[in-house]
Amino acid sequence: MALWGWLLLASAAAYAIKLAGYLVPARWLENEHMSRVAGTLTIGLLASLTAMNTFSAGAALALDARLGALLAAGVALWLRAPFLLVVVVGALAAALLRLAGIG
Amino acid sequence: MSFSPSPAVRIGLSIAVATGLYGVSFGALGVASGLGVWQTVALSALMFTGGSQFAFIGVVAGGGAGSAAFGAATLLGVRNAVYGMQMNRMLRPHGWRRLLAAQVTIDESAATAAGQLDPDEQRRGFWTAGLGVFALWNLFTLAGALLGDALGDPRRWGLDGAAVAAFLGLLWPRLRAREPVALAVVCALATVLALPRVPPGVPILLAALVAALWGWFSRGPADEGLEPDVDPAGYDGAAAPPREHD
Repeated sequence: MALWGWLLLASAAAYAIKLAGYLVPARWLENEHMSRVAGTLTIGLLASLTAMNTFSAGAALALDARLGALLAAGVALWLRAPFLLVVVVGALAAALLRLAGIG
Repeated sequence: MSFSPSPAVRIGLSIAVATGLYGVSFGALGVASGLGVWQTVALSALMFTGGSQFAFIGVVAGGGAGSAAFGAATLLGVRNAVYGMQMNRMLRPHGWRRLLAAQVTIDESAATAAGQLDPDEQRRGFWTAGLGVFALWNLFTLAGALLGDALGDPRRWGLDGAAVAAFLGLLWPRLRAREPVALAVVCALATVLALPRVPPGVPILLAALVAALWGWFSRGPADEGLEPDVDPAGYDGAAAPPREHD
């Protein structure tokens, strides 16, 4: 299936999940396990995406300017910078490292 | 005539501006990941849940198949069902309002409503944040996508570094105790170990499996990981109360 197909399917699934919260009996989702899994899934997936976008080079691992971006973003978050500034700091770090010939 | 918004409306509007603005980064990164301008815009309008949208483009950028992007985005949206249940109990919307409420049920609208005590204020907070974020998020996504398209080579501008920073920024507010930090480290490690060994897009699904088992078998606060990206409490005139637990 083409990317447009997966994109539309994923959008439909996202809406169906939201609507399910309004339609299914509350006791199904009030199950403490369900709510825990929804939360740990969020943390696990975001951690995985962070790692993948930092280290993946196709099907191999690479250490390059993106690691500098990760560290710089971590410092910005530590200093309580707002989200958009954190993203700009990450871009700047990667771009500057490449200008310097690293990564 | 003077416009004096209620506290919930004021918080909702602040959240809408703060969240909407970072739609610029989603738009630019969407195009950098290889999606077209209209595909990026369609994700914001139709999927409309930031974490899942970033997940979709994150997997595509990593060379993953469309099916893997679908899987990651869908699993990351599961928490919206929990918000939907909470909002249904709080607001009791009916008919077309319920269909519309479902689309704008996201971290920010649920958190804005949950931060209010008065039922009228809960309703105002939910709709102001939900519709406000929807309008601005889509507007700024389009702006970001056009900008990203004009920039050309994403690596030269460090846009791959921006994607890394965006994911860390989404993860960060959820790491307020030792347990979520441990979970994040384990899932990141599982991803890195799996990367060279399995097809692109599969490592993230493995991490999802680890996280789901962790959530099912461990005991911790039921709302762990359900913190909003932009905390409405920070827009209430007071700092967000610290949440300590182990």
